[in-house]
Amino acid sequence: MGVMAVYALLPLFWLLVNSTKTQTSLFSSFGLWFSGDFALWDNIVGTLTYNDGEFLRWLANTVLYVVVGAGGATFLATLAGYGLAKFDFPGKRGVFAVVLGAVAIPGTALAVPTFLMFSQMGLTNTPWSVIIPSLISPFGLYLVWIYALESVPTEVLEAARMDGAGEFRTFFTISLRMLAPGFITVLLFTVVATWNNYFLPLIMLSQSTWYPLTVGLNSWNAQATTAGGEAIYNLVITGSFLTIVPIVGAFLFLQRFWQSGLSAGSVK
Amino acid sequence: MKNNHRFRRVATAALAASLMIGGLAACSGSGTTANAGAEGASAADIAKALDTETTLTVWGWAPQLEPIVEAFEAKYPKVHVNLENVGTGNAHYTKLQNAVKAGSGAPDVAQIEYNALPQFALSDSLVNLKDFGAEELKDNYTASTWGSVNLNGGVYALPQDSGPMAMFYRADVFEKHGISIPTTWDEYVEAGKKLHAADPKAYITSDTGDAGFTTSMIWQAGGKPYTLDGSTKVAVDLQDEGARKWTGTWNQLLKNDLLSPVTSWSDEWYKGLSDGSIATLIIGAWMPANLESGAASASGQWRVAPMPTYEKGAAATAENGGGGDAVLKQSKNKAAAYGFLQFANGPEGSKIHAASGGFPSTTADLQSEAFLNAENAYFGGQKINEVLVQASKDVVPGWSYLPFQTYANSIYSDTVGQAYGSKGDLNDGLKAWQDATAKYGQQQGFTVTTK
Repeated sequence: MGVMAVYALLPLFWLLVNSTKTQTSLFSSFGLWFSGDFALWDNIVGTLTYNDGEFLRWLANTVLYVVVGAGGATFLATLAGYGLAKFDFPGKRGVFAVVLGAVAIPGTALAVPTFLMFSQMGLTNTPWSVIIPSLISPFGLYLVWIYALESVPTEVLEAARMDGAGEFRTFFTISLRMLAPGFITVLLFTVVATWNNYFLPLIMLSQSTWYPLTVGLNSWNAQATTAGGEAIYNLVITGSFLTIVPIVGAFLFLQRFWQSGLSAGSVK
Repeated sequence: MKNNHRFRRVATAALAASLMIGGLAACSGSGTTANAGAEGASAADIAKALDTETTLTVWGWAPQLEPIVEAFEAKYPKVHVNLENVGTGNAHYTKLQNAVKAGSGAPDVAQIEYNALPQFALSDSLVNLKDFGAEELKDNYTASTWGSVNLNGGVYALPQDSGPMAMFYRADVFEKHGISIPTTWDEYVEAGKKLHAADPKAYITSDTGDAGFTTSMIWQAGGKPYTLDGSTKVAVDLQDEGARKWTGTWNQLLKNDLLSPVTSWSDEWYKGLSDGSIATLIIGAWMPANLESGAASASGQWRVAPMPTYEKGAAATAENGGGGDAVLKQSKNKAAAYGFLQFANGPEGSKIHAASGGFPSTTADLQSEAFLNAENAYFGGQKINEVLVQASKDVVPGWSYLPFQTYANSIYSDTVGQAYGSKGDLNDGLKAWQDATAKYGQQQGFTVTTK
């Protein structure tokens, strides 16, 4: 356990320590302890203002992709998973097979074909090219489906119908609450996946104004390896540190709902 | 930096994926070659295009492109240039290959390094600049860079920067241990032994295996491992005399643990360059600007000397890195795009390029007194350009890269890299690289012969 904690937390510690160093002391001091001037504030200011504040632009892009992409993916997965769990219709087994198959295909394998398709549609190099593929979450759909089977009793739905509630009203006022732990879990997964997504935007986007943080920071990192390029490792490290802060925050925040939901189910 | 490693892996995967598609495209696209040549334009057409409202898209990562574009727009106010940095090196080529395959989305002009140029030129993605009269510019550029853009009788890019190799070394480290500056490879190995014995933390250089470095070293040793015949026939021989000369030297350093186990361009590497634990770098002439920004604390300690050679007094060097700008076939504004190339890679652009840290490929700049006599404070006031310009004249002629060099370089770490990892024989690594490269080439529809 202790070893695991060190293994998991050491990189974070390294990131924190090194984002307090200047470019020069980064290369002249021991990596796992503080040294030299405490330059964290300078580094943060530098990160936020470098190249006309493109970091902030990338941050806004990432937030857009997460809110619309991951939020939309969760919404669609919840609707579809619920529908598949609670309604019978012809071809359901076929849908099941397709969804399971889709879970098995890694997104990376689909990125190049998706690029070619989007290119034909003239959507590459627009935010849509990142958002639309992010909307699909077969794993999330499967999770909600399984969760809805267990946690939404059909008797409750029948009672609601008897009382005259329409299907949409039933879904939004009754089922959604019971599904909360399920879709919060899905939201957690899709938010993390979209926040960290690198490969898809790398392939789709060619204009740095639409980059998310992952691709943007990498372009800063690569800058040091080109002839005459300015090495800004201190900003790359500080930028990476700033990038993980919101995702850690989101995780801690969503986790509360997740836990309470799980325990709520167990006292039935 | 861990990030960098992961990036490289992902980029490699992307590249492999896109090359697979590129290969398919090559089979179906050969029919379009016939109407090539109809796309040229005269000097008057180019001047007219530069005086017409146009928007050009330029893809490149070189930091020097930004001031060049600004100057270009000031001179030709009707042409607007969108400069986009879509990634560095392989990431950029992956994007470019994807756009070429997709049939849309490619820029008008792209920065392409010399080692990647054959891949795009021979797959018919680039405009042959001969149709625009580029042939006349031959004498403006050094022989080695002009040779690099001249493929199969066509001119597929105008050279921008070049990287004739030299030896950058830490004068203070050599002085401290009383070791003389090596001029031959035998002396270099001896110096490496002495240095490491005197200070176990210090290494003569760092090398964990790098495809670009290996090919440049074989180039310097007189090897010609890649021969092209037409656009589909390729011969690979990584066991020729030159390759064996290089492994003969480098095996000694590798097997005796005389190479610092630090990956180039990592933060540890910059650290080693700063504190002197990496005492020399055999690298392209563009390195000074990177040293100044990446190893600022070592100011005054670095010097430049000619690259060591196999025979005493016989000057020989190779190109390491560098590239030019090309016009894509997809471009709808080819004449204006060529006009941009003429500016960016001509006298005006190359001045700006050199002023912001690039090493020029234009003979006029290399011969100018101001350039030759510039004293560099970071190098303790040494006139480093004298050494570097001489290097640009001593490049061994006759080298060519593979038409799928970017892929070959991406599998380098699985083959030659293995030999580095196990401190084995580099010749075995080169053989494995040759086999894997040839196999890939065959799959892509090339006729590949090996020895």
